[in-house]
Amino acid sequence: METIRNFRRFCLDSLRLTVVGPRAYYGWVAFLLALMGLGIVAYLGQFRDGLIHTNMRDQVSWGFYIGNFTFLVGVAAAAIMLIIPAYVYEWKPIKEIAILGELLAISALVMCLGFVLVDIGRPGRFWHIMPLVGLLNFPSSLLAWDVIALNSYLLLNYVVVTYLLYCAYADRHYVKRFVYPLVFLSIPMAVSIHTVTAYLYNGLGARPYWNSAILAPRFLASAFCSGPAILLILLQILRKTTRLEIKDEAIFKIAELMAYTMGFNLFLTAAEAFKEFYTNSDDVVFIRYLYLGLRGHYTLVPFAWTSVLCGLVAFLLFLLPKTRKNWVTLNIGCVLIYASVYIEKGMGLIIPGLTPDTLGEIYTYRPSLTEVGVASGIFALGFLVFTLMLKVAVPVMLGDFTMKRRPARTAAAA
Amino acid sequence: MSDTPKTPGSSLACGEPQPGSRRRFIRAAGCAAVAAALTGCGNLTTEEFLQRNFRELDKRELAEIIARLEKEYTAKFRKKVTVAATPPMPGVLFGYALDLSRCIGCRRCVYACVKENNQSRDPQIQWIRVLQMDKAEGVNVLRADPYYDPPLVPQEGHFYMPVQCHQCKNPPCVKVCPVKATWQEPDGITVVDYNWCIGCRYCMAACPYGARRFNWGEPHLPPEEINPATEYLGNRPRPKGVVEKCTFCIQRTRKGRYPACVEICPTGSRKFGNLLDPGSEIRYVIENKRVFLFKEELNTQPKFFYFYGV
Repeated sequence: METIRNFRRFCLDSLRLTVVGPRAYYGWVAFLLALMGLGIVAYLGQFRDGLIHTNMRDQVSWGFYIGNFTFLVGVAAAAIMLIIPAYVYEWKPIKEIAILGELLAISALVMCLGFVLVDIGRPGRFWHIMPLVGLLNFPSSLLAWDVIALNSYLLLNYVVVTYLLYCAYADRHYVKRFVYPLVFLSIPMAVSIHTVTAYLYNGLGARPYWNSAILAPRFLASAFCSGPAILLILLQILRKTTRLEIKDEAIFKIAELMAYTMGFNLFLTAAEAFKEFYTNSDDVVFIRYLYLGLRGHYTLVPFAWTSVLCGLVAFLLFLLPKTRKNWVTLNIGCVLIYASVYIEKGMGLIIPGLTPDTLGEIYTYRPSLTEVGVASGIFALGFLVFTLMLKVAVPVMLGDFTMKRRPARTAAAA
Repeated sequence: MSDTPKTPGSSLACGEPQPGSRRRFIRAAGCAAVAAALTGCGNLTTEEFLQRNFRELDKRELAEIIARLEKEYTAKFRKKVTVAATPPMPGVLFGYALDLSRCIGCRRCVYACVKENNQSRDPQIQWIRVLQMDKAEGVNVLRADPYYDPPLVPQEGHFYMPVQCHQCKNPPCVKVCPVKATWQEPDGITVVDYNWCIGCRYCMAACPYGARRFNWGEPHLPPEEINPATEYLGNRPRPKGVVEKCTFCIQRTRKGRYPACVEICPTGSRKFGNLLDPGSEIRYVIENKRVFLFKEELNTQPKFFYFYGV
């Protein structure tokens, strides 16, 4: 009974905490809300008239939305880059900040679900795909698997994070027997969400570009460098703007892990390219369309090489201890990795998978303004969720926000 | 909705009512609130929102839905539109064969299909795509031209390969659908429940024949052009945001007629019939002509055969 009352208080106090803040905080939230407004306006047109407002067509039936979805599943999976060193190796500098990885996963998953929702033609029928309520084609359809995997992972992270924060708020030690199994479960689940998402494309004989056994490993390798790239920048911002102590060694350790995963990612990309180009069967057309252009169509070529170059440079920057431990080159590396994987696991994955189409036609797809608008709205939503969660989590981590030591204003209000 | 009189043609035995009444209750309860919220801001009725998958409906529910649809279409197109749910004929498995040596690429099949099956005229949707190929290259989609537009066909040095749904025995599109909105009927036709499809387009990614079409916008069909004899799982008018495809003209073939594309073909390139009937023309073609399956290596096991008649 007492726990329920305390938890209620925790929720209310958290809510209060999110509505007060310095001017910069209000500005940032207002900016995100404005972007979300833009997204909603863009989406309304699509909701009214259909997906005709996008530039997707029968030839390229998935595009920007599904590309972003795929990329963000990777970001969500990357939380385990913090969980493993923190909980498996009990490495203290990272354990202190592991919760931030989980918060990032939650925000990424919110964006994933958003991108799926805006991509479907009949959003009003979303309940058809909900377990128990709808009619899920399980286990036959990988999309049904993905619905289950993504939602379970979201729920799991949400429960763990809420519980940990609540315990800190209530000044109690968390029950290890409850948290550890869940945290350890989150490791295979993080792998599974990205594996299932890869299999979603992988299992289609109609699309040779995706029908490659190393697709899932490539997904994991790229995820484990793109997600942490976002985290590294974020950790530095938090360190600057709050009293949160994040040790240099934690950041450098993550960067070192990223060097390995990026190297592996580049290796797998090269393996795929070798197989396609050297074999030179008819199926080479897809990777050719991506890297070299096909029959006079070169739309993706500059992006593809940008991705490769960014990846290579970032790999070197993170590999050499000297540049890894230099803040300027480290941050450049993070941005390069982000750009590289965003291209590779977004449009660089979806578009060549569908171009040329199954009857050989090349339809040049570029996202429409509606798609860009809706996507920025969803990104804004994700950042907003992340910001609000951080607004609560950081004071809790600092010990400023507990039941006894509540911020003055909220204490007065209560 | 009150008890509606049974509609003729809706006598399809579409499975026994599900024993899981609890599951139904959960669904109804869980959705009612959302339905109320959603229907407030759209022109979607609560029944429409809560309507279940075709294969889960009992006879009475189906009759009610059909009556509702007929009323809706009749009002929209200002003429009597019927919606039938004709059951498959026992002992029938439909098969199709196309003679590549005779097809001249005139695309009459494409337009007969559009007319028969009430495809959207704007945006334009066609279920058959005719590829012009080089005789020197053979069947190679990477060198095919779907947009050929010469004053006269056939063009010297070319042959023509119409592609439509292959009604695979092992259909990848059915396998991937996350909500069982598309399935293979006992007579071998793969159909779509337009009232259940969520429009995720996974089936389009899975189809090796580019046979599935999506209603990217609100489909427009001038009332004077509608074919009013429609089938629930076939040529009834579609809403926006759902996938559609060739059904071997289910509204005709289940009543013993030929598909529109077979009927219109001026060269007799298109053959259609019951694969289970040893005396059928389709069986004759398969047993006596040089037949090939398009993308055979994908093991989709099409019931659509290409052959060289001469």
